Amino acid sequence: MSKMIDLTIDGRPVSVPEGSTILDAAKKLDINIPTLCHLDLEGTPMVNKGASCRICVVEVEGRRNLAPSCATPATQGMVVRSNTIRVLHARKTVLELLLSDHPKDCLLCAKSGNCELQDLAEKFGLRENRFEHGAQSTYVKDMSPAIERDMNKCIMCRRCETMCNEVQTVGALSGINRGFTSVVAPAFEMPLEESVCTFCGQCVAVCPTGALVERDYTWKVIEALADPDKVVLVQTAPAVRAALGEEFGYEPGTLVTGKMAAALRMLGFDHVFDTDFAADLTIMEEASEFLDRLTRHLEGDTSVRLPILTSCCPAWVKFFEHQYPDLLDVPSTAKSPQQMFGAIAKSFYAEKLGIPREKMVVVSIMPCLAKKYECARDEFSVDGNPDVDISITTRELGHLIKKANIDFRNLPDEDFDDPLGASTGAAVIFGTTGGVIEAAVRSAAEWATGQELSKVDFEALRGLEGCREAKIPVGDLVLHIGIAHGLGNARRLLDAVRNNEVEPFHAIEIMACPGGCVGGGGQPYHHGNMDIVAKRAKALYREDANKPIRKSHENPSIKALYEEYLGKPLGEKAHHLLHTHYFKRHKI
Amino acid sequence: MDNCKCCENKGYDELGAFIDALPSKKGELITVLHRAQSIFGYLPREVQEFIAERLDLPLAKVYGVVKFYSFFSMTPKGKHPISVCMGTACYVRGAEEVLTELVRQLGIPVGGVTEDGKFSLDTLRCVGACGLAPVVIVGEKVYGRVEPKKVAGILADYSDEGEVRS
Repeated sequence: MSKMIDLTIDGRPVSVPEGSTILDAAKKLDINIPTLCHLDLEGTPMVNKGASCRICVVEVEGRRNLAPSCATPATQGMVVRSNTIRVLHARKTVLELLLSDHPKDCLLCAKSGNCELQDLAEKFGLRENRFEHGAQSTYVKDMSPAIERDMNKCIMCRRCETMCNEVQTVGALSGINRGFTSVVAPAFEMPLEESVCTFCGQCVAVCPTGALVERDYTWKVIEALADPDKVVLVQTAPAVRAALGEEFGYEPGTLVTGKMAAALRMLGFDHVFDTDFAADLTIMEEASEFLDRLTRHLEGDTSVRLPILTSCCPAWVKFFEHQYPDLLDVPSTAKSPQQMFGAIAKSFYAEKLGIPREKMVVVSIMPCLAKKYECARDEFSVDGNPDVDISITTRELGHLIKKANIDFRNLPDEDFDDPLGASTGAAVIFGTTGGVIEAAVRSAAEWATGQELSKVDFEALRGLEGCREAKIPVGDLVLHIGIAHGLGNARRLLDAVRNNEVEPFHAIEIMACPGGCVGGGGQPYHHGNMDIVAKRAKALYREDANKPIRKSHENPSIKALYEEYLGKPLGEKAHHLLHTHYFKRHKI
Repeated sequence: MDNCKCCENKGYDELGAFIDALPSKKGELITVLHRAQSIFGYLPREVQEFIAERLDLPLAKVYGVVKFYSFFSMTPKGKHPISVCMGTACYVRGAEEVLTELVRQLGIPVGGVTEDGKFSLDTLRCVGACGLAPVVIVGEKVYGRVEPKKVAGILADYSDEGEVRS
């Protein structure tokens, strides 16, 4: 056990383990010292304590200068005061200086209501600023298909930089310049789109202000819905149902699947479908591909590449295209559920409706920013017409529902439409780390052994540890499965595999965001509280447990799709519509 | 360094050899940038890309360091880079007037390069020769107690294409 340190804050005694900061100790006493640049995402390497904003300063007896509580270790006998006039003066000055170089158009800002700087200004009750005429940087907005960077709103907390470099190890962002012209930017201030950015959106998830936000496409959705010549389909990703409720005041972890379907119908979507359907389809293809590779490997075919890597996360796909260009033939070629849905909607379903694909608009609701980028990739369109037209986030859907005056909390529970709305429990757990591989194992195990599983819950694959492994007996074979979430963990696992530091895996699941899609960059802001992400994951496992069918290959609509249209998994038609290929991209 | 292809290649060879000879590549970015700037005279994008790749660092990080330290430059210097010390001692003894005169005679702003590529003009902070204030450095040569009326003479030292008259 580590040594305990005794100190007092505002006259109250407290004991904390050695190594704790003054801020940690204050939290233990429920003393709410304001912070801005500080962020500690427990369970990830995200501990941003640059102490650059100085809003958390406190007075320490015997110290000449005020101390930033987020970065000052608590020491034995320390006497701290968090609210003296000197402290309040300093905080006020810090805030005035920050605001002097920050735009005041909060009413037009995408982050309004979720902005930590705005919250501080409100908390301090600032009514005037002594430094009103500070320099305002004049950076041009950088609009990528997924993320908007408005560096005029950057306060240089550098959380995004820590996230991008330490947690995700993507390395797209760095602090540049000095003084008023300092910002966080990609190399040579190139547009994000040309950089190694994966569009995981985790920088957006941790940005305290409106400097980094998603590219908002809600108005495009409204226009499509208002166009009488268009048939508009919507698909909703698994993780959305476990988080959308937060936008309407529900406790984190509340499932709002039925209300969401009702709201989408009220918004005017012609067909309310579910990405979960396509997740089941993904399992049909990915688990078949896995079994095929495994069988050939066991038969001694040395050309087979194992472990198979999952490919449903577009940020992960872009990451390995940049960082592991020599491994492009290792990931599964199966498209992501979003793209499988689009491909089937604009072929099978458009034919069924008797309309050309140009008349159909496919909208996806995703917990993700990379999905906006994914649906814009050239290979996912036919003659310039994309398989998925518009991708919006959970947050954008929340806004859309509010904009349309829909009383979400009093909506009845409704179902998705058939046939692209039917799904199994295996599909809904795609939204959390470990879920995709569990869904794949459920089907692969039954196909390999020809026997029904006595239990479909593979608890060994669950949990929130960043890198984990599990051994799953399937018949005479023991499958060695790896799981990583967060791109930094993915890199660690892949490097270990490459350097033969670990027992060879048969399959590895990778999700770019900490927690998987439940912690996605497009989800309601968790403001650093990782418990919220854990609660969303639990909700998805609840939804799975309550589903009558829990294995993808038993989804009757999926079976019918193969019988009617696709033929066999990995067959010619399936290959054409449901599989893709990857591109080598620059590494730095 | 001249901008011909073979010299440039030689520069990359030299920089590559320098990096390879480092005992560890960790924490050596600034050392490498220093060497690169002394080889190429400045740090263009291609050189930064070369360094990022060799040190296995994100390009954004390399660029971030280059843009943070005013010592590092992304614009080519003149054949004879001129630096005027603007440290406290030099400043109070008239560095500003010297700088103004250099700007006037060269016809370039601070940070600029003359059209013929012969001179570039920059300022720096204290070279540790305060006793000689105000100080102007041309290439490696230090001129002390400079006054505006001495500027023409200093520039004339370089009229024979780099041959310094002593």
